[in-house]
Parts: sequence; C-alpha cells; structure tokens
Amino acid sequence: MTKKVEVKHLTKIFGHHAGRAKEMISDGKSKDEILAKTNSVVGVHDANFDVNENEIFVIMGLSGSGKSTLIRMLNRLYEPTSGEIILDGQNVTNFDKKQLREFRRKKMSMVFQNFALFPNRTILGNTSYGLEIQGVDKATRDKKAHECLELVGLHGYDDRYPSELSGGQQQRVGLARGLANDPEILLMDEAFSALDPLNRKEMQDELLELQAHLKKTIIFISHDLNEALRIGDRIMIMRDGEIVQIGGPEDILQHPKNEYVEKFIEGVDRTKILTASRVMIRPNVVNIEKDGPRTALRLMQHNEVSSVFVVDSQHHFKGLVDAKEVINLIENDKRDLTEILNTSIPTTSPDTPIKSILTDISKTSVPFSVVDNEGRLLGIILRSSVLEAISGSEVENDG
Amino acid sequence: MMANLFTLNMTQIPLADWINKFVNWLTQFVGFFNGITNFIGGIVNGFQAIFDILPIWLFIIIVLGITYWALHDSKHWGLMLFELLGLLLIANQGYWRDMTQTLTLVLTSSLIIVIIGIPLGIWMAKSNTVHLIVKPILDFMQTMPAFVYLIPAVSLFGIGMVPGVIASVIFSLPPVVRMTDLGIQQVPADLVEAADSFGSTGWQKLVKVELPIAKSTLMSGVNQGMMLALSMVVIASMIGATGLGAQVYFAVGRNNAGSGFAAGIAIVILAIILDRITQAFNKNKKSSD
Repeated sequence: MTKKVEVKHLTKIFGHHAGRAKEMISDGKSKDEILAKTNSVVGVHDANFDVNENEIFVIMGLSGSGKSTLIRMLNRLYEPTSGEIILDGQNVTNFDKKQLREFRRKKMSMVFQNFALFPNRTILGNTSYGLEIQGVDKATRDKKAHECLELVGLHGYDDRYPSELSGGQQQRVGLARGLANDPEILLMDEAFSALDPLNRKEMQDELLELQAHLKKTIIFISHDLNEALRIGDRIMIMRDGEIVQIGGPEDILQHPKNEYVEKFIEGVDRTKILTASRVMIRPNVVNIEKDGPRTALRLMQHNEVSSVFVVDSQHHFKGLVDAKEVINLIENDKRDLTEILNTSIPTTSPDTPIKSILTDISKTSVPFSVVDNEGRLLGIILRSSVLEAISGSEVENDG
Repeated sequence: MMANLFTLNMTQIPLADWINKFVNWLTQFVGFFNGITNFIGGIVNGFQAIFDILPIWLFIIIVLGITYWALHDSKHWGLMLFELLGLLLIANQGYWRDMTQTLTLVLTSSLIIVIIGIPLGIWMAKSNTVHLIVKPILDFMQTMPAFVYLIPAVSLFGIGMVPGVIASVIFSLPPVVRMTDLGIQQVPADLVEAADSFGSTGWQKLVKVELPIAKSTLMSGVNQGMMLALSMVVIASMIGATGLGAQVYFAVGRNNAGSGFAAGIAIVILAIILDRITQAFNKNKKSSD
C-alpha cells in the first residue's frame, strides 16, 4: 500500500492573530480562551495522517470538529496556517497559483454537501465544467461528461437543469462532475448528508461499486458513524480540530481510543438496538435422531464449513459437531453423533440485544446459537454477521 | 479662532468657496472634458441619427418585434397593443422627435451606466477596500439632490444633451453598481468553492459562474438605473437637453397644463415600454435557467 497523501502538522487558524493563537495552543490553552484573547478560531490543529492509494478514507466528526476545514485545506480552498500536504512526493502547500490550478484541474476534485451544481448550466454543462475550463473541445468534453453521467446511473438527463432533478440525482451529477476530470483523488464533503436515508444508502452502495473498478483515492467527510463504518477502509475521528483516532472500522469499534470515541460509537450504537434474532442466520443442521456422521460430513463438505449444528426431530438444539471428530467417527465405524457432540455452545434468546453478548461473541471461536423458550434452534450468530449489522448493512436484510 | 467656534459668532467654514475653487480648478482640464463631451456627443448623435432615419411605422414594428422576442413564452398581446397605441398617440401629439430625443438620452445614459457600473460593482464585490471606499460615494451620489449636479455639469460640459447625460449618469449609476455588487456577493459560497475547486481562473469563475448567477439581480439594477435616468429628463432639460422633458419644462414656463400633461403622458408611455421590455429580458432569462 503506497501513501498517496501525507499530511504533516497541518494547522488552520481563522483570524488575524494566528501567530499568537498558535503559541497559546502550544501552551495548552483551550480554544475558548484563545478565542477570547486573540479573537482567533482554531479550525484544525496539528493534523498528521496519511491516506493510502485507492482507499476510502473517512474523516468523521461532529459539526465544529474541523473536518470541513481540513478537507478544504487539502485542495487549498482554505490556505493552511502552517504544516504541509504532500501528494505523490510534491508539496501542495508550496504550489504557486498556476501549479495549484493545474493540480485542482487534474489531480483532485471535490463533491459538495449541498451538491453545488451551477443552476445556469445543464446537467451535461455542469458535468463538463472541469474539462471546459481546461480548454478541452466541446465534443470531447461532452462525450466524457456523458460517460460519467452514465457511470453514476443518470440516463437521459443531459439537457435538463439541476432544479429539475431530485436530491439524489443532483448528487449523482455532483459525483459525475467530480469524476469527469479523471482525478486521482476525490474529496467528498458530507456528500450524502443532505440525502434522505434511503437515497443515502443507495449512494453509498454505488460509491463502493464505483470504487471497486475506478480505484480512486477517496477522502470522505461524514458525521454519520454508520456511513463511515460502511464505506470507510479507514476512519479518522476528529474533535475540536484535533485528530482523536485513526483506524479501520473494526479497530475503532473494538478499541475506541478514549471516552470520546466510545461515546461517539455509543451515540449511534446499533448493538444496543439490534437483537440476536436480527443478526442471526439460518444454520445447516443435522437431525441427531436420523442422520449419521456421513450425512453430517457431506453437509459440511457441501457448504464448505468445518462444523455443523445438531438438533433433534423437534428442532431442539443439541450441540455442534466438528468435522475432524466426525471423520474420526466414520473411521471407527461408529454411527452415534452423541459421543462427539459439543454441548458447551453459548446460547442466547432471540430478544437479547447484541450489545450484551458482543464481548462473548468476539471471544469465542464458535458461533452463538439462538434458541427459543422451548430450546428450539432458531438461528446462529456469526462474528461476521454481527459486524455487518453494526456497520448498517443489516437494514438490507429487513427489506 | 477656538473661542469663536463656541459663540454664535462662529467663523463660517468656506465650504461653498472650496467647492467652487475645485470646480474652477477642474475646468483647466478642458481637453479631458472636451474629450468626454465629444465621446458622449458621438453616442448621442449616433442614436439620434438612427432614430431620425427610421420611419415611425418601422420604429413601432421594431419595438413590437423586440417585445415579442423578449416575451416569447408568456402573454404579451396586451403589452404589444399598449405599445402600438401609445407610440401612435405620441406621434399623433406631435412629440415623436421629442420622444426619440428622450430615448436617446436614456439609452446613452443606460449604456454608460452599464459600462461603468457593472465592472465597478464586480470590483466592489471582489475587494473589501474598494467596497469601503465606493459605498459612501454611491450614497452621496444618490442622496444629493439631482439639480445640484447640473451646475458643475454646465461649467465642465457646456449645455445641451451631454451635460444632461452626465447628470443622468451620476444620478442613475448607484443602483447598477449596488445591484451588481449584491448579485455577485449573493452567489452561494459553495458554488464559488466548486468553481475554485475545479481550477477555474478568476475570469472563468466570473464569466461562467458568478455573472450568470447574478444576472437577474444585475438586470434589475440596470432596469432601476434606466428608470432613474428617465426620471432625470425634465431636470436635464433645464440645461438644454432636448426632448419630452424640455416640452414639460416649457409648459411649466407657459403655465400650460394641457401640453405639460400631454408631454408627461408621453414620458409615462416611454417609461412603461422601457420598463416592461427590460423586465421581460430578465424574466425570460430566469425561466430558461
């Protein structure tokens, strides 16, 4: 994995007394104090991070956390007060006007929260804007823009105006406009936040799908943890202009660095809402009263698993058998699965919130079994299905 | 001195003297002012020559044609009928040439306020310093009674149409500048950011994004400016500008209410036609955006 963007000690202070404000930060003064004394607002303080090539890097934080300021420093819509942005070994912070323009035209485009489409231009005109200002001839740029619109799933809207489109469609145009320049890096500033939940999810899916074959480096801003977990390869959590934690989605869920992150996760914690029955899947079972080890083995081979759940004729949960032991049984020419039955499988009721069993699930290597009051097996919980549920994909299964 | 200031017997600040001296000082740049006079005079004569050549019927057809074109997708027959009857009435009253002279004054002033006002408004929107300097000047220009401009206009530009145009320009420039400034500043910040983020040059941003989006605000500034210029025609006639204003002014002198109103009504007809046509351009553009 190669580093695409390196950000070093990036700081942004709004106001006329940036120098003094910076000193005050290093003295450990609070933001309020700095605001009161110097009338300067600390947007971002000493941000250090790398973004890898072809990853979706999500910067997450509440409003006022400095995430929008940070992303705007990357293409220098905001001039950094200090620090460096290195892209492919080039120091973006030192670019002169012309280099900066070239860099914005070729390397980095941006998708905006409220779409920021030009109302006076058609959809095609919006999408081809970036090429138009580069002086690309009309036929070429229109062709490219049209392709990009097709790519994001907008067919037949080329000659319409933005006001004629729905929010979701408008953001598709925003995305197409961002892609038309063929940038290496796509900055997405809360790109899906203005959309309704259904549209948002659809756009997230589509972004992932696009990313699978476009392989851009995407820096995505979000205030929505579910979104971050869903689309982010890595997530950076910010608070009050400072970076709190950087890590993969599971990393952050399982090892929140401090109370703030914990609280953040809690705030949108799906594990508290989701019950066992929501995340369980249908297991492969053998009936202990009629199936022998050979049936069990065939089932395991067929499904490419190494263990299988055992029930009786009334579907009461009995336990789990392991492939190795089943083979043993067959070799010793025995029939009864009871001997090798592993009965120490953790069980839970369908109404249990995942939160309360999350630790156990992460510790044990065998799946959890979900049983009803009469001990009948309803389903099993795999670690992967829990993670999926937490990250928001669970909604899909609900329909 | 100090003591005097606090008594009723204060020394008068010679403000009027200073201004007179300033105006006198300005008159030494006679070449410069002659240049302006010739330039504006050229525009005036150009317009007037065109209007003098056009037969009345052709003029009316052109006005109707412009209206039809500007309003192509809304109801416009009423306005076109009004234009036809109104212009015929003006011709019938014998005010045709006066009307074209007034139109010349208004069009020349409008042309100049657009040429000066829009760039100045853009500059104001882009630079805080310019904004701070120009804003009070505009306030001053707009609140100073328009009559006052006539005096230096005469000493610098003589009498006739040109000083009339100058006085009209000074009076009607502020709304154009203000509305341009406002229109550009009202372009949503994220659109400006979008234009920047794709690597637009300042000029590209202005021409492709800011001006088109500010257009309707800008056009209403032009419309206002034009109406203000029209309101100056009577005043301008005091320094020799010919046209309908002069007819009103003469009627005042002769205490002739009838011909005063007749010329006044001709001004109103012209005002309505100009107003509706410029508004139509604006609305038309907005709806297609």
